[in-house]
Amino acid sequence: MSRIQEWPTLLELAYEATRRALKPLRRWLKPGGRVEDLFVAGERLVKGPIFDCRMCGQCVLHETGMTCPMTCPKEMRNGPCGGVRPDGKCEVLPEMPCVWVQAWERSERMSVYGRAILEVLPPVDRRLKDSSAWINEINGVGDGAPIGWRA
Amino acid sequence: MKSGSRLERVLRSGRFAVTAELNPPDTADPQAVYDRALVLASVCDAINATDASGANVHMSSVGMCALLTRAGYEPVMQVSCRDRNRIAIQGDLLGAAAMGVRNLLCLTGDGVQAGDQPESKPVFDLDSISLLRTARVLRDEGRFLSGRQLEAAPKFFLGAAANPFAPPLEFRPLRLAKKVEAGADFIQTQFCFDMKLMRRYMEAVRELGLHERVFILAGVGPLRSAKTAEWLRSRVPGVVIPDEVIHRLRRVPLEKQREEGKRLCIEIIQELQEIDGVSGVHVMAYRQEELVAEIIEESGLLPRRRSGRMPQALETEDASN
Repeated sequence: MSRIQEWPTLLELAYEATRRALKPLRRWLKPGGRVEDLFVAGERLVKGPIFDCRMCGQCVLHETGMTCPMTCPKEMRNGPCGGVRPDGKCEVLPEMPCVWVQAWERSERMSVYGRAILEVLPPVDRRLKDSSAWINEINGVGDGAPIGWRA
Repeated sequence: MKSGSRLERVLRSGRFAVTAELNPPDTADPQAVYDRALVLASVCDAINATDASGANVHMSSVGMCALLTRAGYEPVMQVSCRDRNRIAIQGDLLGAAAMGVRNLLCLTGDGVQAGDQPESKPVFDLDSISLLRTARVLRDEGRFLSGRQLEAAPKFFLGAAANPFAPPLEFRPLRLAKKVEAGADFIQTQFCFDMKLMRRYMEAVRELGLHERVFILAGVGPLRSAKTAEWLRSRVPGVVIPDEVIHRLRRVPLEKQREEGKRLCIEIIQELQEIDGVSGVHVMAYRQEELVAEIIEESGLLPRRRSGRMPQALETEDASN
């Protein structure tokens, strides 16, 4: 994992800035088509090395301490499982630090989205895999919540 | 009362509740389930049917619950996200409710690497919290996650697990809050051997006011020997046993360690009863079911109900709700 992840504040600001920059362009940012291909390639290129991004298409990084929950072997989106080892390592992969231990530490340092880790997130929409998380988010597809989930 | 669950009734009446884990058999013979349930039923309010815990395959929790409800026992059906996707799980929840299951324990589940078939595919389509909310949607909204309406909604007393002893420790009470938010009515915790950590956890839980929104049953169990304790803490995900506990067992000769383990368990139960916000205990006595009755009796928690078997209970309760 990249060292830049130890600067979660910087990353959350980058997220916020990108979100604001893209919003006015939403007319052109539609799922399917060339523009999305471009975004997918870009996201792979940027989020891959930084976050070990798995391209789930529903980025929730700002709600998980700028730490990708899809790198958790159980793909947990709502916090650490009960199997975290006393040394903070993963239950499944003992040599890997628990994603959620890192997510918690980092989100404590985040000023804008630090509290977002307390929110209950819906299950992943598996159809969105390998699509552009940015385009999905701008178009409101990003929260991926099934109809029955929404209160 | 949301569910018609006997466990819920005990907890809401303010009594200190006792649940116990039934060790799942490796057999197609139903008698094995009945034999094990019989030992537990008279000393506890509900029996947990585990769902391939530790990722080891055994008789399924749905199957055990079918047998238990048929015989009039009160099961807590454990549901793990490791082996089934949301389609299978929602179907199982409806089926379970139809069989008379009123208590669920929603779990993420141990990783497949922990079990006897580590080559299998881990599913984890949902996690424990999205599973909780899914069960709540079925119960309260009367619909599937897809939004499709149910003809009759299931009644559930919704449970979840908590591990106050695993890192990140400061996040654990907040994660409990998330589970309550997602729909948890009761909690069963991981084995509680570190009372100092447990007290600190419960303090944070009380500060968040969670003890008034959810019933917390602390996990306890007898350690058979110092060696078992070592094995448990090194091999079973999430079990924390302080060195003092292992030293205490080591200090007595091997043949007396079992007795010492039992005594320790009773002491822990008595200490837990004094903690504000702890509403009961959940006894996990792997391969030592015969000890459960003694432990509960010697902890001063008997008598429980009139009897473990009340075959008519479900019908009458359904009618009154």
